[in-house]
Amino acid sequence: MDHAVSDLTRLSKDQSAIPAVEVLSAEMVYPNGTQALLPVDLSVAEGEFISLLGPSGCGKSTLLKMIAGLLEPSDGRLQLWRKPVKSLINTGRKLAFVFQSPTLMPWASVHSNVRLPLDLEGICRADADQRVTEALNLVGLGNFADAVPRALSGGMQMRVSIARALVKQPDLLLMDEPFGALDEITRFKLDAEVLNLWLEKRLTIMFVTHSIHEAVFLSTRVIMMAARPGRVVEQIVIDEPYPRTADFMVSPRFARYAKRLQDSLLSASAGLEEEAV
Amino acid sequence: MSATTMRAATRPVKRAGNRRFRRLILPLFVGIVLVMVWQFLVTALKVPTYLVPTPLLMFKTLVTEFVPLGLALLSTLKITLLSFALATLLGVLISFVFVQSEVIEEALFPFAVLLQVTPIVAVAPLIIIWVKNQTAAMVVCASLVALFPIISNTTLGLRSIDPDLKSYFTLNNSTRWQQLVRLRIPSALPYFFGGLRISSGLALIGAVVAEFVAGTGGAGAGLAYEILQSGFQLNIPRMFAALLLISLTGVALFAVMAWLSRLALGSWHSS
Repeated sequence: MDHAVSDLTRLSKDQSAIPAVEVLSAEMVYPNGTQALLPVDLSVAEGEFISLLGPSGCGKSTLLKMIAGLLEPSDGRLQLWRKPVKSLINTGRKLAFVFQSPTLMPWASVHSNVRLPLDLEGICRADADQRVTEALNLVGLGNFADAVPRALSGGMQMRVSIARALVKQPDLLLMDEPFGALDEITRFKLDAEVLNLWLEKRLTIMFVTHSIHEAVFLSTRVIMMAARPGRVVEQIVIDEPYPRTADFMVSPRFARYAKRLQDSLLSASAGLEEEAV
Repeated sequence: MSATTMRAATRPVKRAGNRRFRRLILPLFVGIVLVMVWQFLVTALKVPTYLVPTPLLMFKTLVTEFVPLGLALLSTLKITLLSFALATLLGVLISFVFVQSEVIEEALFPFAVLLQVTPIVAVAPLIIIWVKNQTAAMVVCASLVALFPIISNTTLGLRSIDPDLKSYFTLNNSTRWQQLVRLRIPSALPYFFGGLRISSGLALIGAVVAEFVAGTGGAGAGLAYEILQSGFQLNIPRMFAALLLISLTGVALFAVMAWLSRLALGSWHSS
């Protein structure tokens, strides 16, 4: 039965006709009348690496949480593989979410933390343990399975969080400013690793960031957002081959993409200042 | 291994050891000095024994009266531990009821506060009239005193969950039971043990107060009764000796709770 389902999903995945994520005029108005996010329309194909880029208060995290089903849009709809977000389980697809902070259980070892989603799903201990070990090796933490989270550095804790997402073997990976609190060197390293994982596993990734460089480096497409009210301003396709290296980051093409995103961000904020006056 | 790496490796351990040493030695030192000052002042000022005995006399009384005082201590300890256990059990149960819904908590919490702020000395005579069994009556009194910190701490703990971690559990289609066992209870443990530490001391206070109010002597008399009796007989050194036993019991209870808490929480919580 299980095999039949997974074969079926793989088949439809190869055809790749249906979009992984569809945001259909979803908006967010808080009960006090604050417009957190103007209606957004967005379609994400399978295998894309999308960055949601914008300043704080632009609703990028709100949008991501709506896609995950953690927030209900006040109006509009969201679909994952053509089904409502809540029915994702019926499509045989899986979604994993990586928060801004590592969000680990401080009382449990790294191994138990990574096994959590499998435990919640009710997967048998032996299978789960093997998958956890694989996931930890994948993020380079094979030797830290027995450590407690607080014994690890911020970057390593984030890797645990990523391993916990990967162990589910997700089809869609949502990342909410995952490396925002890390130093630049660690962040760049983890960016490169996420990119490798994406290439290797053919995931669909949606990645929230406020760093223009991170967005250009990683994405197939950047969704540019602006604040007050939160809205999507522009979408820019980063038409560059993978694997991308550090050389790409210092190329004139990279600078042009960055400049363009910078300009669109500035003009969006400029409009706001005029309104304020 | 070179000398430098050796030093780097041992230094933090040594420092932690130093701190533990200091935590034990410093209060002990202060205590000894205070006792010496006490001894000196009482002898130098010729304070009569029926007002303040010398610490030496107190210790001597403790040794000569060891059997009756020890039996009294056991009796008080029994009330304390029974009521502490009862308060813990009830407190945890009530907390679980409280966190089921905000409405329940809002409706019932004021009564928990009412219980806490009503002086036990004022309620104890009633309880002793109502409850026939003397021991049971005293256990009820002491439990009432020890209950509140467990309720408030455990409730707070069960509620104070990392919201992102809660979201993570929701995202993974976890059941209420899974959230309780894997998230709420472990998150609440540090708070729960904090409550235990406070309540252990309160249970002792409650037990002594209950014994005072009950005022029963005989075979099962507790330390409070010994203090009362010694007071009537103006046997002040014996009073001091009983008092010392109560204080030491309180300190021991606190230490056991702190040790239990360290044992249960291990290295993950830096309390």
